[in-house]
Formats: sequence, C-alpha cells, structure tokens
Amino acid sequence: MSAFSAIDAKREVDQNEFTPDIEPQATWCPGCGDFGVLKALKGAMTEIGKNPDEVLLVTGIGCSGKLSSYFDSYGYHSIHGRSLPIARASKLANPDLEVVAAGGDGDGYGIGGNHFMHTARENHDMVYIVFNNEIFGLTKGQTSPTSPKGHKSKTQPHGSAKDPVRPLSMSLSAGSSYVARTAAVNPNQAKEILVEAIEHDGFAHIDFLTQCPTWNKDAKQYVPYTDIQDSDDFEFDVADRQEAGEMMYEAESRLSEGTVLTGRFYRDDRPSYGQEKRATGEMPEQPLAERYFDDSYEWERSADLMHRHR
Amino acid sequence: MTNDELLWRIAGGSGDGIDSTSKNFAKALMRSGLNIFTHRHYPSRIRGGHTFVEVRAASHEVKSRGDGYNFLLALGDSFARNPQEDAYYGNEEVKPLTENLDDLREGGVIVYDEGLLDEEDVADLDEQAEENGWHVYPLDLRGLAREHGREVMRNTAGVGATAALLDLELDPIKELMEERMSGEVLEQNIEILDIAKEEVGNREFTHDLRIPAVEDGGNDEQVLVSGSTSIAYGAIDEGCRFISGYPMTPWTDVFTIMSQNLPEFGGIAEQVEDEIAAASLAIGASHAGVKAMSGSSGGGFALMSEPLGLAEMAETPIVLVEAMRAGPSTGMPTKPEQGDLEHVLYTSQGDSNRVVFAPGNTREAYEQTRTAFQLAYDYQLPAIVLYDQKLSGELVNVDEAFYDREPNPTLGSVLTEEEIADAPHHHSGKFNRYQHDVENGVSPRSIPGQEDGRFLVTGNEHTPQGHISEDPDNRINQMDRRMEKLESIRAELDTDEHTNQTLYTPGDENEYQYGIMTFGSQQGTVEEATERLVDRGHSVKALGVSDLLPYPTEEVKAFLNSVDQCMVVEMNASAQFRGLTQKELGGHGDVMTSLLKYNGNPFEPAEIVDGFESIISGDGDAPGHSTTFVPAAGD
Repeated sequence: MSAFSAIDAKREVDQNEFTPDIEPQATWCPGCGDFGVLKALKGAMTEIGKNPDEVLLVTGIGCSGKLSSYFDSYGYHSIHGRSLPIARASKLANPDLEVVAAGGDGDGYGIGGNHFMHTARENHDMVYIVFNNEIFGLTKGQTSPTSPKGHKSKTQPHGSAKDPVRPLSMSLSAGSSYVARTAAVNPNQAKEILVEAIEHDGFAHIDFLTQCPTWNKDAKQYVPYTDIQDSDDFEFDVADRQEAGEMMYEAESRLSEGTVLTGRFYRDDRPSYGQEKRATGEMPEQPLAERYFDDSYEWERSADLMHRHR
Repeated sequence: MTNDELLWRIAGGSGDGIDSTSKNFAKALMRSGLNIFTHRHYPSRIRGGHTFVEVRAASHEVKSRGDGYNFLLALGDSFARNPQEDAYYGNEEVKPLTENLDDLREGGVIVYDEGLLDEEDVADLDEQAEENGWHVYPLDLRGLAREHGREVMRNTAGVGATAALLDLELDPIKELMEERMSGEVLEQNIEILDIAKEEVGNREFTHDLRIPAVEDGGNDEQVLVSGSTSIAYGAIDEGCRFISGYPMTPWTDVFTIMSQNLPEFGGIAEQVEDEIAAASLAIGASHAGVKAMSGSSGGGFALMSEPLGLAEMAETPIVLVEAMRAGPSTGMPTKPEQGDLEHVLYTSQGDSNRVVFAPGNTREAYEQTRTAFQLAYDYQLPAIVLYDQKLSGELVNVDEAFYDREPNPTLGSVLTEEEIADAPHHHSGKFNRYQHDVENGVSPRSIPGQEDGRFLVTGNEHTPQGHISEDPDNRINQMDRRMEKLESIRAELDTDEHTNQTLYTPGDENEYQYGIMTFGSQQGTVEEATERLVDRGHSVKALGVSDLLPYPTEEVKAFLNSVDQCMVVEMNASAQFRGLTQKELGGHGDVMTSLLKYNGNPFEPAEIVDGFESIISGDGDAPGHSTTFVPAAGD
C-alpha cells in the first residue's frame, strides 16, 4: 500500500481546489501576464484530473516565483535559478509525483542557465514553465537575458549591446523533448499546451510570454499572436529536429520585430531520464520515497560490504 | 634502531601504481596480525610527479603517521619530465630517491630501481648514506620485471625485495594477488615476486631492520578502511540512498564509494552540472522523502552556500560533507589543511542554523556521520561532516565487528497520513508545517503526495503554513523556534553517554599541568605526541574536539580550567579553532598558545613534542620551518 494516497487518487477535482484560500489573491500588477500562467495551470491540472496533494510546484525567485503562493499544492518557493535541480531530484525520489518547475527568464535563462541546459539534456519527466517578459520585474525593470538588443534600462543606460538569448533554440540543442511557446494573452492555447506538456513523458519546456505592463511598457503585449500550427504560412514537422530548429530561429528573430509566433515547436518521444536510469539499473523500479514507509523492507548494511576490506 | 615498527615508504611518480601496491602491502601486513596506518602524499597530476605512500606497521596500536620513516622503496618516476636548465622542476626522474632522503631515519634501508634511477644523478648518495648509516640496496627492478613479465610489474619486484630484506613471508602477499589477478598476469607477478626475493636474499645484509614481531597472536578479523569509506558506510547504515555531487579532490572518494554502492542497494547517485545543483538536488530528494546527502571540498562547498541557507530556512534536512584541502582558492588540491573551519561554520547569509562535526579518526568518521544524519532528520536542518585530505585517504585497520550495526532508516520528524489527519491545519486546508510552539523547536513535516499534507516551502520568512510573511511577531517566533533547535541538539549531545570529544589522559594521574587541544583529523597524532611527552616526564593530557557547532562549551571549559596552559594544534595559518574556542567560551585566550602547520603536510608527532617543549621552556621558537607559533593573547 502506498504511503502517498493522494497520488493517482483519480477523484473529481474542481478547478477552485487549486486556489489557496489562505492567499487567494495574487500581488501581481493589474494586467500582468503572470495571471495567465496561473489560470492555465489550474485549468490544465483540473482537466487532467490531478489533485493538489499529488502536485509539487517548485518555483524560483521573482514575480514568477510567487506562482507557488497562489497555486494550492505542495509548493517549494526556492532560490533564484535553482528550481530545476530541486524539482528533478524530487521527481527521482518519487516519480509518481506530478512535478512542475517555474521561474522567470532571468531565473531560467540567466542565473539558472546551467541547470536549464543539464535538466533538458537529462530529459526529466517534468514541466518547466519560463515566464518570459523580457525584463527583470520584481527588481524594477532592469535588462534581462531576453531583452532585445538596444534595450535601455537603469542598468543599461545606453542600451544593451547584447543580442537576447534564443530560448527555444537553446532548449532544443540542450535536449528538451517538448518545446513550446505560448502567451498569457492566449489562454486557450496556453491551457492546451500545458495539458500536453504535463502528459508528455520527458522534459517539457514552455516559453510563456507574460507581458509586464509596469516595467516593460515599450514591449508589445504579445498581440496579435499567430499559432504556427493554425497558420498556412508555416509548414514544418515538429518531430523533425532540423525543421523545428529553423522554425524556432524564425520565431525568436521575429519576436523583436513585433511578430508573435506561438505554438508547438518540437516534440521527441525519446525515453525520459527515469526510464533510462531504470534501464541501466541505476534507479529502483518502485519509488524510493515509498521505502521509508515500508516496515517490511530489509535495509542493506555496510556490514554486507566488509569482505572487500579484509 | 628498534624493530618495533616498520615505516615503509614507496615512492615514484603518479601513474606508477604506488597507491595500489601500498594498499596491498598494507593489507598483507594487516592479515599477518600487525596494526596499520598509512599516509599518502601525491601531486595534483595524473602522470609523474613526486608521490609516496607510507605504511606504518607495528604490533602496538598506531594512530598517526610516524616521525620520518625507516624503509624506502624508490621506484623511479617513469613519467618524469625532461630536465631543462631553466625549468623549476629540475630532474624529476630521480626525485623518488632524492626528495625522500630528508625524512629517512638514521640506519634506514633504501632499495632503489637502478633500471630507472641513475646513481650518478644523486651525486652524494654514498656520502649521505655513510653519514646517516643508511643501508643501500640498488636493484634493477625494471629489468627484472621486463625479463619475466611487463615493465609495470616492477612494483611487484620492489615488494619482493622488501620481503627479502625484512624477512617477511610472501604468503599473504601472494594470497592478495590471487584474489585480484588471474592467468598469465598472476603467474608473472608471482614469478617476479619470488625471483626478486631470492635475488636480494642472496646478498649480504648490513641492516638490522626486520618486520616487527606479532605479539599476543596479533589481530583477528580486521578490515582496512579509510576515513572516506567510513563516512560513506555511516551514511549507508543511516538509510541514505541518494547522493548528488560534482567531482573534486578529496571529496571525490566519498562520492565514488557511494556511487558504486547505491545502485546495488536500490538507491540513486547523481553526478550533476555543478555544486549548486548538487546541494539543491539533495534538498529536493530529501523534501520528497528520501534520506539524501551531498558534499564537496572548499571551492565546491563555496558554491553550496546558498542552497545550504535555503535548507536552514526551509528546514529541509540534508547532510553535507566537506573534505578540506589547502586553500585559498585552488590552493594545493591534494594536500591536507584545516582552513575551511570558519567557512563551513558561517557561510551563507543570515544566522547559521546547522550542525558541524569534525571526526578525529576513521571510527569517529563512521559514528559522527551517523549522528549527523540522525540530527539532520530529527531536527530538520543541514548537518555537515568536516574532514580533510588526511582523514579521507589514510588507511587503518579496524575490528570488523565495529561495522556490524543495525541500520537506522527512519526519516526522523515526519508524519504518516494518519498522523497528518490529526495534525493542526489552517482553516483554509493547508497543513501547519511550521508551527510556532513545538517541543525542541521541531515542527514535524509531511511529504509531497501525502493526503492533506500540502504546505508551501519558501526561503522567505513564512507563516506556519509556509506562506511568505514579514510580520514582526511571526518573524521572532519562527526565528526563535529555529534557533531553539540548536539548543536542543546541544542538550541531546550533552546527555549522550558517548561524548564526541576524545579526552586522552595517559597514565593514571588525576591532575595535569598542561593540555594539548586539537580538532578533527590531528587527534591521533596529538595522542601519540602526548604519550611521548609523558614518557619524557611531562604532565600533560590531550583533548580532541569533534563537535564544532553546537560547540561543547562545558567540556572544553572544564578541560582548560583543569590545566595551567594549553597548546592548540591545528593545520591552518590563522588559528581558526582557537578563535572559535575563545568566542564560544568568552575567554581563556591567555591560556592558549597555537601550534600551526600549513605547508601541505600533516603534523608528525615529533613536531608536536618539540613545539610543546619549546613553549614550556619559554624560548618561543617554532620547531623548524614547517610549523608556526601564535602566542597566547589576552581576551
């Protein structure tokens, strides 16, 4: 018997269950794109039938990091850039948990960039939402890794001399097995993509365009947007790495020109890290977390290893 | 020269098989009934460079490296760089011979590989040998190995020569070879061993040194283990089944041992992108209900500072180990030092809320790793085992029965779903994970996936449900509760019948005039030095401190109050342990004098003996170039 009866309880879940009554109202600014992520995540979890006690939401620092305060589940509001290593270890410890990590573009593509690259490479079975508003919000409007070249801010008074990072291309080359971009202004697509990402058996990265009406007024509100799957202008195969790469390059380039291209960019069904690790005998078949509640388990001892030292 | 102990030093270049040869030699001596202690000296280099291992073997108990050594097997550095006139490294090829001569005792024995080492390159070897009464036996080990097997087997030839000169039985050595070799390789090695022994055995011996006699039937059922092995095995017996790390010398040993064993035991080992990730993964695994650890050495541990603070604030239990090496920065990667004490005690923002142990020897490394896990999981905080390159690699024999222990896989202060149902919740439905008024400051936790156990963790200050709060009253309540855990731990450690501090009182005296105090891995060397000082007529006892946070204030105070003066021995340049003691005791600065060493080599007992005598005689000169005094200061 499982020590974690919330997992796979398969009960009816109402979307309101994901609203924490202890902190029902968010502190984000009116018109903030972050509301769109919260709503889409609640909708997606409800649609899939997950309940709050079987979800672990690990967030970073910044406005985006507050997501775990406003979404009722097990939450871990961690430190800047480190949501991914915490989240992926929780998933290894108990693969039955539904693990979602989330943070901003500075968090994921800047300070936590190394973790992003390696978590994608390892293809952990989890969702990673990056709130991309092309700015540092909570610290009041500094240039971020995704801010366009020439972006002026208090810390870049003459305009940024750097090209922005290319989050989708970076994700593809690092090894994410599901890559999508959606926008807060497109709630239906956002929810659909989140459902797909949660159900995907591998590392699903969503670059979520979240407009910042306070600190990034110059930027577009990400409207009008184009769904690349619905548009006749873009014909490519999401399962084809090369075509996906070209599509990503175009979407990234055109965002700074004001054209918002969203949708699914890449999908690959290679085995997740957990599956690979189990196949090589480096991970137990049963969730490790269950073992500590199993009174009948015979724990191995160092005494079993002493023959090597005689 | 007395024959009561052998100090056999095998020297060569990295990559010459010095490590494995010495390990097997040590094991063979252990099997024959002797006590063993090894000391390893090697450069941060894969091929070539001055490296040696010392095997100290005696019928009496050995707790330290010795003073110098009495048998040199110089193999020659087969990966030496070519000598160039202006190059600082000189003639590396002869270093296994030349670099080791300073420490060789009078009357010592030298065997060197004349197939690789040219006597003419060591111009004054004869002169030095005569002056010091050394007995030199050149032998073409390389030629012998080539003729009967392969060149790499010259180590075996060296061991054969050693056996002849020391009157040592070959059976335990052959037995070990049979356990790890087979076929032609085994046959050739045994042939080389026999031939080398015979060839040297036919010579005329001028030396007296022989293998020490095994007294009282010798030791039974011993195992040869390192400090790193003991740390890893302590973790395994506490039910630790998750480790995450990034390679760094000397921490890599613990990481490797765990990574090799955990998959067999249904556990998980993760080598990750950096040490920030390594510590964060341990936090994630622990949060999800698995006993987890990580670790590193100085530079990698610096990267763990922020996750370490998160674990303190979030109250997620983790065990970290920190294997010190000489700093600052990259320092001397393969050399021991105790310079990270303050780093480990205080790193990360805010008030420290952690446990730090520094075990004094291999047995304590096992015990204190277990205690670290128990405290981390009972009290929900990070517990750190601080050790160094010395303790990490030194091999000692331990009674096998010592490791025959019951496992303790409990998760500590964790609730079951039945208990959660009865536990306090906020009326909104969230579990009160961080209750204000709880016993010992510990508020039990739930594990993700448990029904009705959901709560928020945050590195921000938070309400009992984990929601972010800057309310001053709540802040004081939470801060006081977290700090109370340390007081509770101090009380628990004080009531423990086995103190973590090791008091060494030689003889049957009740009162001592002087004290010697140290922390961590120097304990055995301090004990041996103290014993010798007593033999020389001094009234002195010693204390090895292992609890660093919380600090054993009462025990140390009692020790210092019972002596007139105390010498504090540590391997760093700023007397960090003495500073900590003064801070914790709020005084006693006028009775403590420091003896420091930070040249990359651990203390030899004689350095402590000389340092002590120099201090009490009042001449104040540090004994030699390697050690430094910091005189007693006022408070």
